[in-house]
Amino acid sequence: MVERRRLGMLTAHAVLGAGLLAVGFPLYVTLVASTHTAQELLGHFPLWFGGHMIENYARVLSAGGRGAGSAPVLRMLVNSLVMAGAVAVGKIAISILSAYAIVYFRFPFRMACFWTIFLTLMLPVEVRIMPTFKVVADLGLLNTYAGLSVPLIASATATFLFRQFFLTVPEELAEAARIDGAGALRFFWSILAPLSRTNIAALFVILFIFGWNQFLWPLMVTTDERMLTVVMAIKRVVPTGDAVAEWNLVMATVTLALLPPVAVVVLMQRWFIKGLIETEK
Amino acid sequence: MTRSGRWFTLAALIAVGLAVGAGRAEAVVEIQWWHAMDGALEEWVKDLADGFNKSQSEYHVNAIYKGNYTEVMTGAIAAFRAKQQPHIVQVIEVGTGTMMAAKGAVKPVYELMADANEKFDPKAYLPAVTGYYTTPDGRMLSFPLNSSTPVLYYNKDAFKKAGLDPNKPPKTWPEMGEYGKKLQAAGYPCGFSSQWQQWILLENYSAWHNVPIATKQNGFAGFDTELQLNTPIHVRIIDQLAQWQKTKLFDYGGRKGDANPKFATGECGMFLGSSASYAGFVKAAQGKFEFGIGMMPYWPDVAGAPQNSIIGGASLWVLSGHKPEEYKGVARFFTYLSSPEVQAASHQRTGYLPITLAAYELTKKQGFYEKNPGTDTSIRQINNKPPTDNSKGLRLGNYAQIRDVMDEELEAVWAGKKTAKEGLDAIVKRGNDLLRQFERTNH
Amino acid sequence: MRSSSAGTTSCASSSAPTTSPRLSGVGPPAKERATRRPASLVHKRVVFRNRGLPYLLVAPQMIITLVFFIWPAGQMLVQSVLLQDAFGLSTQFVWFENFTRLFADPYYIQTFRVTVIFSGATAGLALGAGLLFAVMADRVVRGAVGYKTLLMTPYAIAPVVSGVLWLFMFDPTVGVVAHGLRRIGYTWNHQLNGSQALMLVILAAAWKQISYNFLFFLAGLQAIPKAVIEAAAIDGAGPGRRFWRIVFPLLSPTTFFLVVVNLVYAFFDTFGIIYTVTGGGPAKATETLVYRVFNDGFIGLDFGGSAAQSAVLMAIVIGLTVIQFRYIERRVVY
Repeated sequence: MVERRRLGMLTAHAVLGAGLLAVGFPLYVTLVASTHTAQELLGHFPLWFGGHMIENYARVLSAGGRGAGSAPVLRMLVNSLVMAGAVAVGKIAISILSAYAIVYFRFPFRMACFWTIFLTLMLPVEVRIMPTFKVVADLGLLNTYAGLSVPLIASATATFLFRQFFLTVPEELAEAARIDGAGALRFFWSILAPLSRTNIAALFVILFIFGWNQFLWPLMVTTDERMLTVVMAIKRVVPTGDAVAEWNLVMATVTLALLPPVAVVVLMQRWFIKGLIETEK
Repeated sequence: MTRSGRWFTLAALIAVGLAVGAGRAEAVVEIQWWHAMDGALEEWVKDLADGFNKSQSEYHVNAIYKGNYTEVMTGAIAAFRAKQQPHIVQVIEVGTGTMMAAKGAVKPVYELMADANEKFDPKAYLPAVTGYYTTPDGRMLSFPLNSSTPVLYYNKDAFKKAGLDPNKPPKTWPEMGEYGKKLQAAGYPCGFSSQWQQWILLENYSAWHNVPIATKQNGFAGFDTELQLNTPIHVRIIDQLAQWQKTKLFDYGGRKGDANPKFATGECGMFLGSSASYAGFVKAAQGKFEFGIGMMPYWPDVAGAPQNSIIGGASLWVLSGHKPEEYKGVARFFTYLSSPEVQAASHQRTGYLPITLAAYELTKKQGFYEKNPGTDTSIRQINNKPPTDNSKGLRLGNYAQIRDVMDEELEAVWAGKKTAKEGLDAIVKRGNDLLRQFERTNH
Repeated sequence: MRSSSAGTTSCASSSAPTTSPRLSGVGPPAKERATRRPASLVHKRVVFRNRGLPYLLVAPQMIITLVFFIWPAGQMLVQSVLLQDAFGLSTQFVWFENFTRLFADPYYIQTFRVTVIFSGATAGLALGAGLLFAVMADRVVRGAVGYKTLLMTPYAIAPVVSGVLWLFMFDPTVGVVAHGLRRIGYTWNHQLNGSQALMLVILAAAWKQISYNFLFFLAGLQAIPKAVIEAAAIDGAGPGRRFWRIVFPLLSPTTFFLVVVNLVYAFFDTFGIIYTVTGGGPAKATETLVYRVFNDGFIGLDFGGSAAQSAVLMAIVIGLTVIQFRYIERRVVY
């Protein structure tokens, strides 16, 4: 902008640089730690990479760190992937349908449905932990992918987003469809859904990350070591009083746990940002 | 091969497959066992299950890691409420009160063994070990799988450096103070630290000095028990430790086993820890330093000290709601686990106490204690004297929460926020509230 | 994601469904807003006349909501007036005793205090840093994308993971930062020192949230018409004055929205951090309301007490939502 551009720029870069340092340092330390042996980390504090990266990651992927029930992290990554994918896809699917129904139809109980969905915002997982757990247990869904994902799927967020978006879709489109004799479903499939593409992509990024990073819910619903998600297993892998704390393996697990969502965010930046801003409006 | 030849071979293969399959499919009774052992101990548990499975073909025990002790217990309870409970669950020793009170949910071991006609002589088991899990009239409720007791680990190299005799660990608390000072003078940042402060510095401290932890025989004789942890003798040790914390002669290292690295890295010259941490320390200290094992320290001016130490660890509880033939399998499994060979091998491998006299004798005969000096300290300590009402263990309900209270209040004392008396008084008050609540829901 | 998105419109006083229930937002730029219909309960002119179809469409969400939200919430309320043993073998109806016991417990009051301090500090730190970086990034043209990308990453990181990262750096025995602090004479032991423990979890929680605030502030800043700022500059206002008198007020919708989001995040989503880093200790120094619900219920097996706490939390959430609606939106400068 205006005066003292040079100085302004320098300060800006300096501050941002410091910010990067503050934000990036923990990640850097983690990465470094995951490339050493456990002995190297007890008593020394390496700030540069060691030479055991392949070995550590191979071990963690195939055999798991101690304390994780020796479950291979690879399996956990797969579980996380399935759960995050299911949550994202599930949320989008049922929300877009509900939003469509609420916006484009008139039917008794329409507003009741709307308010019920709204109500879910007041009931975060932590408020209904124990009873939801009991319900899931009663349905026999403990330690299953369904138990992991389904309870997280009902989402007011996505519904409201789609509702808002549909409200801005020009009336002419629906009119034209009606004139052409297209039914409600046809209209949805051929016109509305394609129009919503960017919203769907944006939501997908957000919801995938949301699903991937779930901790409390998988913690409660999963005790079988084969069904652990990688984020949930983090706590198990953290050494609690082991004479030989294997932090290097822990950090390798942690790195693996955060790579996919970070990759998604970085690679799909545009959609991610759009999704973030759109859903919170 | 000719065409018909091929068909014939195929048919033969199918027949063989069916025969083999049919043999397998002949219902092997599956038994689910939820445990909390991780790392090297998990391998041990898996080997126990495998050993049993290989030794016979009617039952198959599935050993599943379900998290730490708390997670396993909560998971089992939740599963029970959802009618999906396992057969066997490994419960930490202080959960005994809760399990015992849940009469409709558990199947006591003595009943299990009797129903299955398994030979079962409670006298063959080490009394200090089984006493914890037995009713006052001698009937065993749960099966003691892994029991340990606290011992004093000490760094022999550090002792040499500090001018102390590496073969003479301190025996009394005043000596702990002296030795600690010398170690610090020799350059070690900390004299000693401890694991599981509630178990070692409160419960075992009480037993070792033959003073009660709670009324009603430490809870064995009724739900209307009250904590007695704020007597002068208790205040004495906590106060002493709080003083030592100021100079790091004693340095608190966190709850449970969080303080282990302090000893493993050589930061602290001495360490109060479970006898079952032996294997871990051997691995960590390899090539770094030599260490020895001594008994817990005591106040020489307290009459009756040293008495005997009490165990920690876990036992296997059997949950109700399963079929008789499955229970038979569980009983067979327990018999297998009690055999001297299996017990001796487990004891030597893990550092957990052997639960039968026969196993102890076998290990002695095998010369294990000579080859690994100090590993019999734990046994000598729990057998130091015949247990009194104060040293059989404890049986208090809601004890997981009470232990949390102990952790919290002691942490406040170590941080200098409360005096020892204040902290112990708070433990007694809050603990008693929890005990009354337990009494209400479990009359 | 708990936030809803029902879009702000020009009617701050429009009825519930349109404004996001808990989070009022960055409105779309003024121009767009003017043309958008006040989309209250009025909707499409053109609708479809199917009878059964809408029910079918709404069914999945309704079913899941009822089964996994409404029903358990009801259960929670029921459980809060019962006293049960761990195995559920004996049940007693005790009216509001669980609640009275809760509020008579000085440690519960302390938990409230800890939660307030923790949430306030986390939100403050995360908002301040986010704003600072956004302002700087807004100025910078070169390398903006690079900075943005890197500053974005903590958003993708689970709170638990953040907890582990910071725990590792500050572990009294193996932590790089703890070691550094020891070197300069400051003993770090968050296992003993409650304030240090609180600081650690605040850092871990705020660190993660900075990217979120950064992105929103940046978007908000970029939505401010340059003309306004330039006019002020021409009038002789320095950069400091420009910021506080003009930019900051124009950012207020974003700011208020973010304040609420940050508070909610600190209240609920930080469970993973506390669970991993301190387990509520030492001496309950880092036990927040949410953590206590989990601890009392899942670990302490006091289901009645835990349910009572959940009911209190639910009341808080509802309260926050109401505040959001009624008061914050009125004060916001558009």
